[in-house]
Amino acid sequence: MTRLYTLILLMVCLWWAQSASAASQPYFYPFVNPYEATVMELPKAYEVKLPEYVPTREFTLDVFPKREIPDVFWYEDGLTCSLAYQDHKAPLIFVVAGTGSRYNTPRMVKLQKALHQGGFHVITITSPTHMDFVVNASEGLPGDSLDDAKDLYRVMEMAYEKVREKIEVSSFALTGYSLGAFNAAHIAKLDDEKKRFNFSKVLLINPPVSLYDSVTALDQLLVENIPGGLGKFDLWFKSVLAKLASVTKEMGHTELSGDFIYNAYKRLPPQEENLAALIGLAFRMSSANMIFTADVMNGGGYIVPKNARLNNSTSLTRYAMVSYRTRFVDYFNEYFLPYSQKRDPYLTRQGLMDRLSLKSIEPYLKSTGKIGLIHNEDDIILMPGEIEYLQGVFGNRARVFPTGGHMGNMFHPDIVRSMINFLSGKEI
Amino acid sequence: MKFPSGRISLVSTVITAMLLTCGCSTLPQTGPNTVPPLRTYESVVKEDGPHLLEVSDSIEGFNRGAYRFNYNFDKYFFIPVVRTYEFILPDYVEDRISNAIDNINEFGNLTNNLFQLKFKDSGITLGRFIINSTVGIAGLWDPATTFGLERQPEDFGQTLGHYGAGNGSYIVLPILGPSNVRDTSGFIVDSAAFSLIGPSAWVDDTGISAAFAGTSAVDKRHRIPFRYHQTGSPFEYELLRMLYTMKRDFDIAN
Repeated sequence: MTRLYTLILLMVCLWWAQSASAASQPYFYPFVNPYEATVMELPKAYEVKLPEYVPTREFTLDVFPKREIPDVFWYEDGLTCSLAYQDHKAPLIFVVAGTGSRYNTPRMVKLQKALHQGGFHVITITSPTHMDFVVNASEGLPGDSLDDAKDLYRVMEMAYEKVREKIEVSSFALTGYSLGAFNAAHIAKLDDEKKRFNFSKVLLINPPVSLYDSVTALDQLLVENIPGGLGKFDLWFKSVLAKLASVTKEMGHTELSGDFIYNAYKRLPPQEENLAALIGLAFRMSSANMIFTADVMNGGGYIVPKNARLNNSTSLTRYAMVSYRTRFVDYFNEYFLPYSQKRDPYLTRQGLMDRLSLKSIEPYLKSTGKIGLIHNEDDIILMPGEIEYLQGVFGNRARVFPTGGHMGNMFHPDIVRSMINFLSGKEI
Repeated sequence: MKFPSGRISLVSTVITAMLLTCGCSTLPQTGPNTVPPLRTYESVVKEDGPHLLEVSDSIEGFNRGAYRFNYNFDKYFFIPVVRTYEFILPDYVEDRISNAIDNINEFGNLTNNLFQLKFKDSGITLGRFIINSTVGIAGLWDPATTFGLERQPEDFGQTLGHYGAGNGSYIVLPILGPSNVRDTSGFIVDSAAFSLIGPSAWVDDTGISAAFAGTSAVDKRHRIPFRYHQTGSPFEYELLRMLYTMKRDFDIAN
């Protein structure tokens, strides 16, 4: 019996290894549940091989030299980016991070390596929703597609200026994942007017269609999946951490990023509600960081008092508690909409929602041949019908995989091959 | 001078210096034209407390100062030292050093398991120390774990908690990081025991004790993956305070 069991195990292992190495095999992804796919790290056997080390250099941009950074952000000193460079003439690609992510999160580092391996110089850029960007590089409130694109464009121009002496660039390309892909689409359109980079290719990886719908859906994951409702959050969170601690016993105070939460989950027995709630929590935490930071940078009045100075020893506990209890919808209705209407009195709520959607630039996306799309049918940030919509818009410039959740399969060899193919001008 | 150990005297000097220099108000600076925000704490936080984020923190002004100090200490000194350490030594050697240090620190685990009358765990700890010191060659390897004798970490802070002592206020210790009144007292007792009747007293050589203290500080930082500001959150101080408190509650209960 034991021998039979061992034999089966061995066969499974062999079959795994084989499916990972054979290029002609059809796409296969181990997690069919989209929440699991989103959270779980791809088993090594399925993941593309990336170099241990690529030559990189970090540099910091002082985007608004005259800006006075409030004392409460005492640790902020410029917007840092990272360049991975080739030692010969090569195309330069900019990568925009997803919601609340920095230029150097594990996912960004991996993507940088994958693109470098594909022959590009790679500059990675922090998301305009991350506090570093809001403090150092946003002109107004983050979240508006056009404003974010302008802010990012300014950063990209400055970043290129900073490195142009050191690298030889043959052409420019652009990519991003999740919200970063949404940003990339708008930057591409802006560049068609400004003609600074003339991107040869722009690749959108798992973008939302309607930003408003996607973030509302993510937020609902938290609201709907805590047993007993959000009022019981503390209890639920304690139980999740206790489970985690009892499994690892060595949790310590490690990083608190979304990746930490995801990694934490891997040690817990998979339970769909917990998975969904954790995805929702990671999102709620990033969004709280952004809302608080944006409020302070814009003079306060929403989370912090107006005309008050927060300094480096001000207690932020109560502001944190309020921020974590602020849904994206609250921010949209109570702060972002009035702010946008102040600048454009004719703007309606629906008008603003429409503007935060790829549909608002549909004719552009349809007509331009340089923008491609990689997506998954079961991506949890898409609404019903949106994947078909995207396929309609991008036609043969779209590659849609049946499983993978929200970016779970990003480093699957098939996906990486599609990325590099499209960006180098071959078929996606 | 053998007691207090170098670590304690360094820390107390820095604390005194910082208490003297930091302004400790934790409220925002307001003026006549300050307007309350749209979403106030009173209107938004409706559930009954105490909330996870609200940890007793009566010297928050000082603590935030210490937090800033630690941020800079980490950035300009500690992490560069740890990086150099990691650059010079192969991972394999680093792991051996970690094991050896853990082995010497079994002294604290043993005394505190005994204090808590956990005789089985004390036996395991003693067994580990004997096996790892001999078969494991001065603790460089950890065969005890492979034999099923898991590490039973306990410190005097946990002992105090075990007998019902509350956290006391949260404290950010310069260099050492998050703590609270209970755990700081525990740390002082553990360090004193280590110097007076523990391994430091056995070797009775200030040079060796100092080298051990330095190496274990670097090794400890090397093993903690936390880096300041990597959370990307303006509330990192609060999050760390919450997690530290929850983690210690958990350690005491187990």
